[in-house]
Amino acid sequence: MATHAALKATANERWKELTEGQRPWIRIGTAICGHAAGAFDTLAAIESKLKSSGIDATVDEVGCLGICFAEPLVDVTLPGGPRLFFSNVGVDDVDAIVDGYVKSGNIPTEGVMGYLAEEGQVVSPDAINGVPNLNDIPQIGRQKRVALRNAGTTAPADVYQYLARDGYAGLNRALIEMKPEDVIEEMKSSGLRGRGGAAFPTGVKWSFMSRGENPKYILCNCEEGDPGAFNDKAILESDPYTTIEGITIAGYATGSSNGIIFIRHGHDGPIDRAEAAVKQAYEAGLLGKNILGTDFSFDIEISLTGESYVAGEETALMEAVEGHRSMPRARPPFPAAFGVWGRPSTINNVKTLSYAPSILENGAEWFSDIGVNKSTGTAIICLSGNITYPGLYEVPMGLTIGEVINEIGGGVPDGRKLKLLQTGGPLGGVLSDQSADVHLDFDEMREAGAILGSGGIIVADERTCAVDLTRVLVAFCQYESCGKCFPCRLGTTNLLEIVERICAHEDRPGDVELMKTVGKTMQMGSLCGHGQLGFNPIESAIKHFDSDFRTHMEERRCPTGSCRRPGYAPVNTRSFAQVPIGEPVAPVEPAPVSLAPGLAGK
Amino acid sequence: MPPDVTPKIGLTAEAESEALKQRIQSAVESQKRPTVTVLSSLLAIEDELGFIPEEAIELVASHSGATINEVWGVASFYPNFRFSPPAEHMVEVCWGPSCHLVGATEVIGAVLGELGLESEGDTPDGVATLKLNTCLGACSQAPVMSIDHRLMGRITPAAASSGIAAMKGN
Repeated sequence: MATHAALKATANERWKELTEGQRPWIRIGTAICGHAAGAFDTLAAIESKLKSSGIDATVDEVGCLGICFAEPLVDVTLPGGPRLFFSNVGVDDVDAIVDGYVKSGNIPTEGVMGYLAEEGQVVSPDAINGVPNLNDIPQIGRQKRVALRNAGTTAPADVYQYLARDGYAGLNRALIEMKPEDVIEEMKSSGLRGRGGAAFPTGVKWSFMSRGENPKYILCNCEEGDPGAFNDKAILESDPYTTIEGITIAGYATGSSNGIIFIRHGHDGPIDRAEAAVKQAYEAGLLGKNILGTDFSFDIEISLTGESYVAGEETALMEAVEGHRSMPRARPPFPAAFGVWGRPSTINNVKTLSYAPSILENGAEWFSDIGVNKSTGTAIICLSGNITYPGLYEVPMGLTIGEVINEIGGGVPDGRKLKLLQTGGPLGGVLSDQSADVHLDFDEMREAGAILGSGGIIVADERTCAVDLTRVLVAFCQYESCGKCFPCRLGTTNLLEIVERICAHEDRPGDVELMKTVGKTMQMGSLCGHGQLGFNPIESAIKHFDSDFRTHMEERRCPTGSCRRPGYAPVNTRSFAQVPIGEPVAPVEPAPVSLAPGLAGK
Repeated sequence: MPPDVTPKIGLTAEAESEALKQRIQSAVESQKRPTVTVLSSLLAIEDELGFIPEEAIELVASHSGATINEVWGVASFYPNFRFSPPAEHMVEVCWGPSCHLVGATEVIGAVLGELGLESEGDTPDGVATLKLNTCLGACSQAPVMSIDHRLMGRITPAAASSGIAAMKGN
């Protein structure tokens, strides 16, 4: 069985060949953001152009560098040169890159976004023809990449590229130098908190795991049905080994025998790359029996679920792994004692587990020095909506939301004003435009009435009606209720009906009070967060955007004119939601009855 | 109308196609992941056939030691399962909040128009199935749609229409 040092030696040799060898190395981002931007067409064009030009180059599909707005992003390393990045490369741009740069080595003046130096490489400004260093743009320079350290740089399923970038140093240290309880202590002192939404300290969670006999399970949750969040899938398809190594570390620390990566069927990018990576890890002796020549053995497999948001809830996830409907179980018993197939189980989010290798490699203190207060490490933010530079940004905890939105995201485009921010997934809640000073900090965000949750931040500009956006969020909650607890099943339906009435100026007296009662019942009477938090989108919207609701209900008009009549009711879904594609909702005569002042008040 | 998922016990025997059963059997038996469950078997059948025929239910039940009720329960719970053969092409449009904010409803309108549909479902000529997705997962490229699982980001209503037209031409 190969030792880490032996694997690392092979990996270094291969890496040297890639970065300093005689063949050009062309990397193209084909994670989901690249895919949606047309990267597969660009890739095919590059391959055919290289072939017809007789150029012998290494072409690797890589993951997401975070700057999704620049996709398709092509990264060319010529022998001895830096990484040169070409942004928004369409099929028509390929000839110019290959003929103009790959063949000649002359750095073009157009279409080049910037360069990045390889580690230890010195790039003189003359040699680079005035092309900017990508570290000088905030979208790259302000990132602190830990879980995503290899994303966009290594070929996702190539274990040797991962090893060359110090992959498996963390697991090796754990297996060779540490006892399982030391690993748990290290995780505790790193201050790492779960990134799935609940922000529970990871080391403490691992310590709950029963010490009894195997099989015991580490479940890695990549269900991630949250609209507006794609960071779990992005990690898994950009650098699956960091997750796999993290799961293996968790397995060692808790004395478990098996890991399961749980993904929704149909997300082929993360599924295929995770599967390929698991296979290679077995071949390299990094999974299976006697990992890295030690007496620790561990297996990982991939488990798929059907479409279900609630399957991301930890007990519902276990039901889906067992092949049942993904409905939550009552707790206790807790998973650490009675989990999947009744065996002790620990469930962590992809992001959480993906930090473990770096923590073990660099030490707890290194990690806890990043971030602020009780929120150590980084936040992995998916920035989307009305924003100039949408992307996937891993930044230190403690940045303000204003810094993320304005400095990294480039603010709201076209000179419009920011209106609201939707954070932490559909159940998270909305923040007003006055939230620029709120820090990325689990506890501060919670105090501000939102959650950092999964890390999605959806930006909405002044054209947005809060009632309209609330309708979309409530429709999602209604559609995704699993139906087990009737307060959630009926409550979300009821809430949706009322919000749709408000949208269409057909609300009835007492509707706001009714929503509050329903919301409270859901909170008290549901087994999982879906029902417990299902009123959040409405509550927070009413809190911050009282006037939008009042304009609808009292003045009988939409404040921004963006609410539209339903065009039709979808049939192929669980939902009663009506997609608003019809005529704009016309203003009507104001209702004779005025509402009590301050909807947000009691 | 929701799909009719009522088991028609006793009626299936005449309609059974031996070839179909063979394909179901082989999809269920050749699953490459080690853990085989009701859900994994149904997903394998969907991958193979694009839908869950009635014949599959009993087979999955006997293969995984579950009851027919349990299998129907799982199959009818997850909305990705359908119970009739799919149309030739799959068109999905995302209606998540990110996409909604940047014009998803206009894209949905254009796609409905181009397909001649008034709602989700199959076109009468069997060329395409339209499905609205809660999140296709490419929020940074919103609005997003996909044709036969090939994603198209930053899509305009016009680009959506020409994408559908090109799909029909193929």
